[in-house]
Amino acid sequence: GCFVFKPSAKKRRLSQGTVHDFRNRNDKSEDAELRFFTCQSLWNQIKSETEKVQEDLNKQLLDNLVNFLSQSHSEFQEKTTEWTCQMKFREIPTAALVLGVNVTDHDLTFRSLSDLLQNNITPYIALLEAKDCPGIKNLMQKLMGQLMKCHVDVDSLEDEDYVQVSQSRIRCSMSSLIKWYKSVTEKTDSETPSQKRTSSSTYWQSPPVVVIFKDMESFTTKVLQDFIVISSQHIHELPLVLIFGIATSPMIIHRLLPHSVSSLLCIELFQSLSCKEHLSTVIDKLLLSDQFPFKLGEKVLQVLINLFLYHDFSVQNFIKGFQLCIVEHFYSQPLSVLCCQLVDLKKRINSLSHDQCENIRRLPSFRRYVENQESGKQIALLTADNFLKEETQKLLEDLHVYHYNYVSVLRCLHVFTSSLPKYPLGKQIRDLHCACLENQVWETEEYESSLQLARMLNKSDLVTMLQQCVEILLSSSGKEFDEAVEKLKEFLTQFQNLEEAFQERDVSVSSQKELQKKTDLYHLQKTLLELKESRRSKKLTKFEMLRFEVVDYIDSLVRKYLVPADHRTLHEILYFNTATVLRGHLNAAPRTALHTALNNPHWYLKNQALKCDGGSISNKAPDICIVYKLHLECGRLINLVDWLEAFSTVVMAAEAPDADTASSDQVDDIIHARFIRAVSELELLGFIKPSKQKTDHVARLTWGGC
Amino acid sequence: MSRPEGSGGGRRRALQVKFVPDEEVLKHIADDTGIKARKDKAQLSISAKTFVKKLENTSDNKAQEILEEKKYIAALGICAQDPMENGSSVSGGEIYSFQTPKRSSKMAELASELAQTPEQSVASDHSNSPGKTARPPQSSKMFLLLMHVFSLLLQSRKKEFVSTTPYRLRKRLAAPDSHLESESEYSASCSEEEDEKDQQEISTVLSGQKTPAKTKAASTPPPRNSLAKKIKEEKMSNLVEEYFEAHSSSKVLTSDRTLQKLRKRRLNQETLHDLLKKAPLAYAAEIKELNQQHESMFSKWLLHLHLGFNIVLYGLGSKHDLLEKFRTSLLQDSVHLVVNGYFPSITVRSILNSITEEVLDHTGTFRSPLDQLEFITKRFKEDSSLELYVIIHSLDSQMLRGERSQQILAQLSSLPSVYLIASIDHINAPLMWDQAKLSLYNWLWYETTTFSPYVEETSYENSLLVQQSGSLALSSLTHVLRSLTPNARGIFRLLAQYQLDKKDNPSYPGLSFQDFYQQCREAFLVNSDLTLRAQLTEFRDHKLIRTKRGADGVEYLLIPVDVSTLTDFLENEDEDV
Repeated sequence: GCFVFKPSAKKRRLSQGTVHDFRNRNDKSEDAELRFFTCQSLWNQIKSETEKVQEDLNKQLLDNLVNFLSQSHSEFQEKTTEWTCQMKFREIPTAALVLGVNVTDHDLTFRSLSDLLQNNITPYIALLEAKDCPGIKNLMQKLMGQLMKCHVDVDSLEDEDYVQVSQSRIRCSMSSLIKWYKSVTEKTDSETPSQKRTSSSTYWQSPPVVVIFKDMESFTTKVLQDFIVISSQHIHELPLVLIFGIATSPMIIHRLLPHSVSSLLCIELFQSLSCKEHLSTVIDKLLLSDQFPFKLGEKVLQVLINLFLYHDFSVQNFIKGFQLCIVEHFYSQPLSVLCCQLVDLKKRINSLSHDQCENIRRLPSFRRYVENQESGKQIALLTADNFLKEETQKLLEDLHVYHYNYVSVLRCLHVFTSSLPKYPLGKQIRDLHCACLENQVWETEEYESSLQLARMLNKSDLVTMLQQCVEILLSSSGKEFDEAVEKLKEFLTQFQNLEEAFQERDVSVSSQKELQKKTDLYHLQKTLLELKESRRSKKLTKFEMLRFEVVDYIDSLVRKYLVPADHRTLHEILYFNTATVLRGHLNAAPRTALHTALNNPHWYLKNQALKCDGGSISNKAPDICIVYKLHLECGRLINLVDWLEAFSTVVMAAEAPDADTASSDQVDDIIHARFIRAVSELELLGFIKPSKQKTDHVARLTWGGC
Repeated sequence: MSRPEGSGGGRRRALQVKFVPDEEVLKHIADDTGIKARKDKAQLSISAKTFVKKLENTSDNKAQEILEEKKYIAALGICAQDPMENGSSVSGGEIYSFQTPKRSSKMAELASELAQTPEQSVASDHSNSPGKTARPPQSSKMFLLLMHVFSLLLQSRKKEFVSTTPYRLRKRLAAPDSHLESESEYSASCSEEEDEKDQQEISTVLSGQKTPAKTKAASTPPPRNSLAKKIKEEKMSNLVEEYFEAHSSSKVLTSDRTLQKLRKRRLNQETLHDLLKKAPLAYAAEIKELNQQHESMFSKWLLHLHLGFNIVLYGLGSKHDLLEKFRTSLLQDSVHLVVNGYFPSITVRSILNSITEEVLDHTGTFRSPLDQLEFITKRFKEDSSLELYVIIHSLDSQMLRGERSQQILAQLSSLPSVYLIASIDHINAPLMWDQAKLSLYNWLWYETTTFSPYVEETSYENSLLVQQSGSLALSSLTHVLRSLTPNARGIFRLLAQYQLDKKDNPSYPGLSFQDFYQQCREAFLVNSDLTLRAQLTEFRDHKLIRTKRGADGVEYLLIPVDVSTLTDFLENEDEDV
């Protein structure tokens, strides 16, 4: 069933083929190549950025781990002489690494971990996965294979004989492992001084052997137990360190291992960053930065976030989705050539062809824009390419500036909303971002209620928030915010003044109280009542006034800067918003497609004969649809004879509604054959399977509507 | 409206005669098909002669007569006057629910309805002519009454019957039968039926109130639908119960008819193929259009492949031709591997072998697929100019769907210069992959519904209807036998001959070892018990024979191949000799 095809003498495609693919469909537009390269460079930037983010986030964790490893090792080092007596404890130093459920992201963490260890601690690292180790024997084999090979990698050029040893697969046992370890460490000892210096500079004299269990939960209990028990016997000869990758909770160690085994481990817990935080950082760095011209629209972002939250918690997949968005955008939108850094913009706009100008004119947002212009400008925009180009440049620059300001104000708003009770606008900045992209946020109820809540904030909170906002606005280099910063600072000083005034008033109140103390009960009651009444009818205090002012000012900022992106002209160029494509590719529903095809073939085959209302299908539908429909009416088992009969009734009626039922054998056979085909197709699709329960019966594998 | 249950048994003696107006009957039928959530089983009876069959039900025993084919079909035509009516809509959201769009109507009923549809659409689009509306009520009335008559007949006979269908269905189907047998007496009814009919009437009234225009049949589908939906909701809980009911008992509630009793002979693979060739492919133009849509995506596929994604195609219809077209149009200049996953003897090993041997030109064997994979990985990493396109038809086939196979394929596909494009068909195919595998595969999903018949994919399947173990078994038999010594062949022939001689004996246990030894000795094929045993072991290893120990402890030998194949085999052998 396997066939290999090799191109005969022709040259193989080169890597430029990718560019070629890109151009293929968009034969009209000549910018395809440029677009492709823009796309690629953008993606590469984003990729390196995400890797950097990942690295930064893991840095703390990895540093801790390295510390732990080096410590466990140093004990070994010091006690080389008397450790045998020390090691009666026989405890294996173990790091339990809690990584979270996003299994797909773990690989990256482990890779960076092993790289780091390789560089700093030890060359002897074995990465084990449960799927490779169904038994203790496989585990040992895999372990030794990895250890010895990695050693060979380190100095493969120097000792050829060693390579042969490792290849000829010495018996896989702990003792041979120890022998190997001894020989290796001795070898490093006996090496030439120069080499020794280099090796000792990176590693200690007898570096620990690190065994990483990538997915501890999937390992068989027995294998793990055996391995731990065996290796604890040899711990005094082999400085072993274990690292467990744990996806669930650290409790799993005790559930997998009985006390007698887990007591052989000296476990230290390491918690990796939660994937949600990771995602927030990624979103922060990718979407809420002005580094990249490409942006995600609301629906697309929602799809990606939903995939993350409801399907896999995997940041890798989120980034994959992001990559797909980029590719899709540059592939399907010919104007995406303008989706570049501002520096290149002018040049690219100037080199736009007439066709591309027409493309711009066709953009809905641009049309809207044109309609709002005066007639003279309208004509100019629609006819003169050069004028259009100038205008486009201006608009695109505006769009960049808009995004820039948008992010800053969004962060400010987030400062406010993230501390409100119940988080009406969402806890995370991504929620706020989505809300703002979706529609005009100030028209939503949630926004109203958050403003209400913000009007009830206490002073200290308000002041810290204002300070944060000032910092955010200052850090953004946009000049538009100078005024806003000034305003906010003014508010801050006003609060400061208020505080002093308040203190004064405090004094006066206390003096008042002292006065009241001397009066009798009746008077006291009276004054209290008066006080209460006056408070009720009293005008707002200065502080409250100020608070209102602050909230109103923030509101005005929001209204000014947080306009949804699709209200902006030319947003199509920078914002990718075709969520359906994305969902189709990433979160497909194969069964729904099958269901639709079987129940409503008209959806796919645009033939009038297939069209029918409701859920019924016409009898002219493809055979498989009819057979499927018929089988829906059956219970657990289906009698083939009955089925065939029903089928032929339908088909015959469809073919010759007026003809007699008496038909020639020929026709009958064909119908029979068609039935057989349809049934075996259903079997292939997994709706039925042959059943031995009764002769000529098939079992239904689905229940209900599908 | 009621589920099949035993409650009716106690009251079945009281008889009642009831007049049912035409209109009501029509309504009843209309509702019946659209609304009621019952799980019935079609029961179509075709046989040249009339014969009585044993039926059994969980609650009570009833009889059913099976009648002549032609008459039956005529009856079907009568009772199916409800063409466009049963429009309960199936929305995408209902796919996974327990709710079934149309439980009540049975296969036969549906069939006849479907059969009726064209008439309507041809004659008048969705609007019933007076003549049309006039006809159905008559027949439906007859239908309902006949139902009662029949059940009465059944009970009066008090036979021990084995029913395989839920009794509601039997009643329905039985009705036309009895109608044909005893045309005259259709005015009686029994309490049990009455019981049910009352309920039906309730529902009829209910629906009648809500949709007064019910008699106008298809002209008013929307209100019917909403009504149907309402009632369906009520039925929800019943459905759940029904599910467990259906799966709790091991009894099979279907008719006992077998294909053997059908006049038709079983088709073998070849004739099937020929017949299908004769049958024109329906909607060829539309299918072509559909395919063209997919073909326009080819360059995008390639782009995505090059960007590090792998592509999986799903949707109804064979994707074999589509992929083949993709291959011939875009991959001609590059090294590519086509894997027919539906091939019954495909293994991951053979896929890996063809990569190492033919793509990488490596001669040598590997101890395990993992080693082999490691080697491939290494080679691809070393040589960055190496590129390989892998096309796998039916990645979800029997042979490849295993966990280990998928793991290896996933790892293979995760190599940056291996581009995988695969198709899946099975409804549960995505369950093969867990998160780890999915991330290795890095799929991009493409919906490619083609509606093309699964010609290649099903050709290896052992369909129930196709003559089993046809040419494939025969060829394997001859191949194995050819590699054996003449003596061994003789031994096998002896056994085959003996088995053929006994083909009329259905309880033939096989040839006992002692007898066989005797015969072999007489034919000078073996000289000792031991040589025969050695020979038999070899046969057994090749799955040519099966041994079975009888009740008396004697070993019986059997060739597990059906008679026709065996005959063909012997004929072939004779030709060869």
